[in-house]
Amino acid sequence: MPASLVQGDSLLAVNIGAANTRAVLFDVVEGEYRLLASASAPSTVEAPFQDLSEGVRNAINELQTITGRTLLNADRRLITPFQPDGSGVDAFVSTLSAGPVLKIAIVGLLDEASLESALRLAETTYSRVVDSVGLNNHHKTDQQIDTLLRLQPDIVIITGGTDGGASLSVRKMLEPVGLASYLMPEEKRPAVLFAGNQKLDDEVKGLLGNVTSSLHFSPNVRPSLETEDLEPAGRELAEIYLGVRQRQLKGLDVVASWADGSILPTAYAQDRMVRFLSQIYAGSTGLLSVDIGSSAAVVATGFGQRSTLGVYPQFGLGENLPALLQYTRLEDILRWCSLDISIGVLRDYIYQKALYPSSIPATKEEQAIAQAITRQALYLAVQTAKLNFPRSMRSPRPGLLPSFEPILAGGGALSDAPTAGQSLLLLLDAIQPTGLTTIILDKNDLLPLLGAAAARLSILPVQVLESGAFQSLGTSVSVIASAGYGSLVARARLTYDDGHEAQADVKYGSLELLPLANDQSAKLTLQPSHGADVGFGPGRSGTVRVRGGAMGVVLDGRGRPLIPPDDPVRRCELVKKWLWTVGG
Amino acid sequence: MLAPVHHILPLTTILRERVLPINGTVKVRLDQKVNPTDVIAEASRAREHVLLDVGRVLNLSPNAADKLIRCKVGDRLAAGTVIAARQGMSSKTVTAPRDGKVVVTGAGQVLLEVGDSRMELRAGFPGTIVQVIPDRGAVIQATGALIQGVWGNGRMDTGILTNLADQPDSVLTAGRFDVSLRGSVILAGQCKDAETLQAAAELPVRGLILASLFPSLLPVAREMRYPILLTDGFGSMPMNSAAYRLLSTNVKRETSLKAEMFDRYSGARPEVIIPLPVSSEPAPPQEVMAFAAGLTVRLRRPPAAGMIGTITALRPGLTTLPSGLRAPTADIKLENGEQVLIPLINLEVVG
Repeated sequence: MPASLVQGDSLLAVNIGAANTRAVLFDVVEGEYRLLASASAPSTVEAPFQDLSEGVRNAINELQTITGRTLLNADRRLITPFQPDGSGVDAFVSTLSAGPVLKIAIVGLLDEASLESALRLAETTYSRVVDSVGLNNHHKTDQQIDTLLRLQPDIVIITGGTDGGASLSVRKMLEPVGLASYLMPEEKRPAVLFAGNQKLDDEVKGLLGNVTSSLHFSPNVRPSLETEDLEPAGRELAEIYLGVRQRQLKGLDVVASWADGSILPTAYAQDRMVRFLSQIYAGSTGLLSVDIGSSAAVVATGFGQRSTLGVYPQFGLGENLPALLQYTRLEDILRWCSLDISIGVLRDYIYQKALYPSSIPATKEEQAIAQAITRQALYLAVQTAKLNFPRSMRSPRPGLLPSFEPILAGGGALSDAPTAGQSLLLLLDAIQPTGLTTIILDKNDLLPLLGAAAARLSILPVQVLESGAFQSLGTSVSVIASAGYGSLVARARLTYDDGHEAQADVKYGSLELLPLANDQSAKLTLQPSHGADVGFGPGRSGTVRVRGGAMGVVLDGRGRPLIPPDDPVRRCELVKKWLWTVGG
Repeated sequence: MLAPVHHILPLTTILRERVLPINGTVKVRLDQKVNPTDVIAEASRAREHVLLDVGRVLNLSPNAADKLIRCKVGDRLAAGTVIAARQGMSSKTVTAPRDGKVVVTGAGQVLLEVGDSRMELRAGFPGTIVQVIPDRGAVIQATGALIQGVWGNGRMDTGILTNLADQPDSVLTAGRFDVSLRGSVILAGQCKDAETLQAAAELPVRGLILASLFPSLLPVAREMRYPILLTDGFGSMPMNSAAYRLLSTNVKRETSLKAEMFDRYSGARPEVIIPLPVSSEPAPPQEVMAFAAGLTVRLRRPPAAGMIGTITALRPGLTTLPSGLRAPTADIKLENGEQVLIPLINLEVVG
């Protein structure tokens, strides 16, 4: 990455998504970096436009209209650096998630070791694993060659062999990859990442160097059987992703030239910020970041020095939407719906939406369906990501999510919700947090852009984060209890700094709000009933200082896991009531 | 804001690139007239590969085995041809298990391509070759009506257009088929059961143009050997009036159904092409236009999904929709006179 520019420079950051392209302008105001404005335009990756730079220019054009600042010249090229007449910017960065899902083949030795790591590595980018070749795969080499030729993966990830360990078996695994690549037309050859036994690097170069579109090496993802280290390979995979996209997507070369190399896959940039923030917040709990949009659902966590990243195109809300039905039943989506919608209508919606991924719900009914789908997709993404959380992260009860502080949420489906209450309820339903958590909404989808900006202007993310560019939705208290609907599970008392108090009785199955404005903090005393857990342990009371937000303090007495009633009439009433509680 | 264009045109010039997925031989020449079934390019590729580990069979090192291998890359071998032989007390030979072509030798191994599979690329619609793409295919030009769809099952064929849709929302049932429809391209409304798709296959028809299909029928529709094109989408959507009007006024004409899978990245779309004679070449359609008052549009999503209307005004800034979302919008007058407010992103220009 290029070296940081002189601090004090203005920066334009652009996030190119599958449906929308967002441009954000940062500059120094009173000595500190601030978000000046943000604008978006439909992405132009797909036909008939087929040039993503058009969408970028359109988004920047919108930004020009909002700010009155000229950023593009007469030829619609970015003006850089900042000019004496007030036009242009000093630096430009970009993130990218648009484009067809990448096909990845993973190659390794053992299913439960190197192949598992390869799979986790593949899940850190916008991809689908189309083939897995390992020692437990009993297909003959020629069959493996034919499979690779038929599937034509964009990327092959080869792992296997601890450092200084197995080499003969790994060599055997390289054979089908090398022969299949050799037989492919040159323009269709895959990029190959070798992240296995480092002793074999030279041999891999000799065997695959001339038959791949590009050959990359990273430190071993499994230096020993007990150790997994995905980070260096993840960085290399991010580079490969951009390389493949450069070949696939017209206009990316233009944007890359403006960015002077500062272009990152959106999920990777998001993960970078999560790692950075988790080191700042480093407490006993981890930090969770979720993002759901047209291309994928992304779940990133930071636990001090450790982090996880899961990118799930199968849970994206765009062209892949029908694939969601391979992971869930329509009935499970409808459990989140506030309106009485039939299964047929929901199925039709899913397929029709996939035809027009960038279209938006215009009616109340469509909005209710869209939000129900978003809930279920995000729920599944978080549940899938949970499998990779470090074992040291304990949940209050088996199967539940560990406590996170804070939870950061972004992506069109969340940030564009009509009200803060709807965003909050959607997140509570989908993530089902435990304990006490601050929930923060990234209204402008800044997190990945700050991750990309950090490499150029390292102070910018810190100052923008502190400037209030993110919207706190409030503090959520999730009560874990086994009780009947309507039974008292906790009492809450909020003592404001001026001595006033607000109280609420939390009944099982209900949501309660205690007002606490964004810039305020107060003392929250929680008293659980009958062994319920409000975040201090079963049956334990406690007092904590909490910060306010758009929705204040949210007391979620709906239990964990949250299971809405089966009866559709009762369920709709309840979901409506919850929605009404958070302001409709 | 730029608008995508959905083509429903009574007369236009159609230019379509038709290329093989791999290199092959182009069979047409510039300015040649082609019929839908004419092969414009062909290629062959191996169905599978056979890897022969000569070293392992002969119990030799890779280098030693390489010295005994008698074939070279490009050789065509008949089944039983000796590839390598070890002489001596325990003589052994390695032979080609099937007819094939040697594609790789080395490291004591031989890789054979076996089971030649021939691929023919047909024109798909009648026209004139206006560009030859070496080794891959050609660009075909035609004039006529063009109706784009939203989903296709990947097949293509040509036949005489017959209308079984009394209304844009008619439901096609197996009972509507009789032997007189054999070889026809059928214009119908909605299809709600697999039996109808099967009955069409048994006739057989040359294609089905449907307004909409139940998503649960997609696996069956994909299996059908005849082309199926949806003009509007999934569920119980009626055919949009522009497509219905144009198709129903062209019955008894030869109609090419290019039910390609919709590829949003390449722009390939399922299409109906009805060749028509012209005295002078009409202009090719525009792919992108800017939204403006007076344009005819198709509504992609509710309210009024699939309906055709006219933009009466573009609203400035963002407007709050009944869903609560805020977006750039336009006032649309539908053909039935009703006025609706629609986000621009849910519209496509018909033209």
